Amino acid sequence: MSERYDLLIVGAGPAGLAAALAAADSGLAIALIDDNPAPGGQIWRDGPGVRLPARARRQREALARHANITLLSGTRVVACADDRRLLVEDADSGRLIGYRKLLLCTGARELLLPFPGWTLPGVTGAGGLQALIKGGLPVRGERVVIAGSGPLLLASAATAQKAGAQVLRVAEQASHAAVAGFAARLLQWPGKAVQALGLHQPGYRCNARVVAALGSERLEAVLIQRGGRREELPCERLACGFGLVPNTQLGEALGCEVRAGALAVDDLQRTRLAEVFAAGECTGFGGSELSLVEGAIAGHAAVGQTARAEALLPERARWRRFARQLARSFALDPALKDLPRPDTLVCRCEDVPYSALAGHDGWVGAKLASRCGMGACQGRVCGAVAGYLFGWTPTRPRLPLSPARVDTLLCLEETALPSATGEPVE
Amino acid sequence: MNADVIIVGSGIIGAACADELARRGLEVLVLDDRRGGATAAGMGHLVALDDNPAELKLSDHSIGRWREWARDMDQGCAYRNNGSLWLAANEQEMAVAEAKLKTLREAGMACELLGAEALRATEPELRDGLPGALKVAGDGILYAPNAARWLLTRGGRRIAERQGRVAAIEADEVRLDDGTRLRAPVVVLANGIHAPELAPDLPIEPKKGHLLITDRYPGRVSHTLIELGYVTSAHNASGPSVACNIQPRPTGQLFIGSSRQFGTSDPAVDGPMLARMLRRAVDYMPGLAKLNGIRAWTGFRAASPDGLPLIGEHPRRPGLWLAVGHEGLGVTTAPGTAELLAAQLFGETPPFAAEPYLPERFLGARDAQRTSIPSEAGR
Repeated sequence: MSERYDLLIVGAGPAGLAAALAAADSGLAIALIDDNPAPGGQIWRDGPGVRLPARARRQREALARHANITLLSGTRVVACADDRRLLVEDADSGRLIGYRKLLLCTGARELLLPFPGWTLPGVTGAGGLQALIKGGLPVRGERVVIAGSGPLLLASAATAQKAGAQVLRVAEQASHAAVAGFAARLLQWPGKAVQALGLHQPGYRCNARVVAALGSERLEAVLIQRGGRREELPCERLACGFGLVPNTQLGEALGCEVRAGALAVDDLQRTRLAEVFAAGECTGFGGSELSLVEGAIAGHAAVGQTARAEALLPERARWRRFARQLARSFALDPALKDLPRPDTLVCRCEDVPYSALAGHDGWVGAKLASRCGMGACQGRVCGAVAGYLFGWTPTRPRLPLSPARVDTLLCLEETALPSATGEPVE
Repeated sequence: MNADVIIVGSGIIGAACADELARRGLEVLVLDDRRGGATAAGMGHLVALDDNPAELKLSDHSIGRWREWARDMDQGCAYRNNGSLWLAANEQEMAVAEAKLKTLREAGMACELLGAEALRATEPELRDGLPGALKVAGDGILYAPNAARWLLTRGGRRIAERQGRVAAIEADEVRLDDGTRLRAPVVVLANGIHAPELAPDLPIEPKKGHLLITDRYPGRVSHTLIELGYVTSAHNASGPSVACNIQPRPTGQLFIGSSRQFGTSDPAVDGPMLARMLRRAVDYMPGLAKLNGIRAWTGFRAASPDGLPLIGEHPRRPGLWLAVGHEGLGVTTAPGTAELLAAQLFGETPPFAAEPYLPERFLGARDAQRTSIPSEAGR
């Protein structure tokens, strides 16, 4: 008999973990798929350079206690197949995994906006730098500049500092008024306020943005603009984050509705497909607390524990208010669209400069003419950039949803045609 | 009048026709609705096919033209004269290879038969036990979207482009779906599978195909590899079929094809069909199984009942010219198509007989004299 679970959860970050634990006492067969070697997602990424927070440790221990939860780490989803099955791939092989209910907790990725020098070695995403440090990258004694927008900059600065780096500057593009207003409201969320105090940074500047990364072979300095002034900061690392882009590809491929760039869900985290739920940042940015409660609601709802799911709605409403304030306070300044110069690369897989895209009137035409988005990342980075810079909508995702070995794709020989969009609820 | 000629479709056929007519001094307006067609979806394989003498003549002549043009094409067109290898899987197919060798040599084309050992030395990634292959030296590859762009721009200002969807063509008037009316004495349909929307009597059907491209693995394959079963099974079958077709791109990536399905207009990648196609390719090149595929997509070939394109004036709609129905061979045969169309339009003797491609063979006899532009009209 082929492998099939009552509840299959894709993504083992806060939302996926909370969902698995919420659903666990149903006794049903639950599996948690994640392409990282260990659960935790981006925020609780494990590695040699990590001491996991208590909450993350408790979640992992709880996961291990439940015999009905199967953890499939190092496993990527490649395609949707027929009969409620997904084609997945791990380091050794590909196979089809079936589900009765599917929960998407596929998270979000960083929006990396192009500016002159952004492809120099030493320049990473803000979350990317955290991941590298957690993975064991030594940064002790290095000078670091962090730029972009949102609380992730402070989290990234804290990680770098804890690892012994010297954070010269945190350049936040939002205005002082917006950030101060947000900070004042933090009092409504005591947990967050404590976190924010812990992240206090002497180098924090508002209304500041990176203009260029300078260097020949690798990063040597960063040019920051603040109001009418520019400062040049010699440094070894620059970490940039301009917010997060929901990972909606699998949901879109299944036929879920996408609204404002995120998977659309109802009160109980159901998508328009009766058997598919979604929770966490693939349904919109909101931070780990919102992901945890959304995951728990989805986990309960997916196994039919509707009352327990509904009991969590007030808590979710509270964190959604927080998310809305976050989004308002750190809205991106349209001036960021002017950062790239004509020769600034937008697609780094295929070396496509800004000038090769600017004249086009849509993603498909630009892609065909320039090869933008045709490389190994398949537009995950530059597609979001083109969306921000030019307002283009990328095409609907096709299989393979991520690069996959040809022999993995051969597993689809045994399948029938998928029903194009599943079964809508209404 | 908005132009001497309006061409509907800016794919490789429309672009080649625009280039040829502009070169002859006509003012050309090219319309495209950006739905995309076979030019954007195909492999860009320049391949001489010989299902019949007309197909061989058109493809051989055109490939020669591409070789000449390649000297002037930009890097983005990615032209390579890498040659094709027709793979024989058994002794019967080896006999087919020998027959093909004879046909192509008689047409004056450079080709040679490789035995089992020579084939292994030439393409070591192929599986053991293949008895041999036919190498066709003149075949090549290019990146068709950029080749079309190059053709539309190299002639300067005689070619104008406009985005818009054509709703109807009535005599010399082209009506767009936004109500705009454009006029020209000659209108050329070069919009592939979409042509029957504007000329419902065209016997053109979409034939769906799949392609997959791998990550970069430079140096593994040098020729475009096609199984000879392509000719005997895939190309002529009416049901869904697959054939091994592996093409090295200048980036080091590999294109893997090909599949054929009638009776569907769904552009979704069909997992089982894709897998069947990949299995066929892995049968010939076992190492392919361990390579990463990064993207798969589909496209629709505009297929005519006899596999040859329709090139010439519509027999009952004076002024409406056709350059459609090229199936999987449009990129290869765009130059010859444009020359045949132009020769008929200017009342000249074409470079080779135009009869096999005339629309009359499906649409019935002509009831009016052919529209033509006297040669001196060219400026």
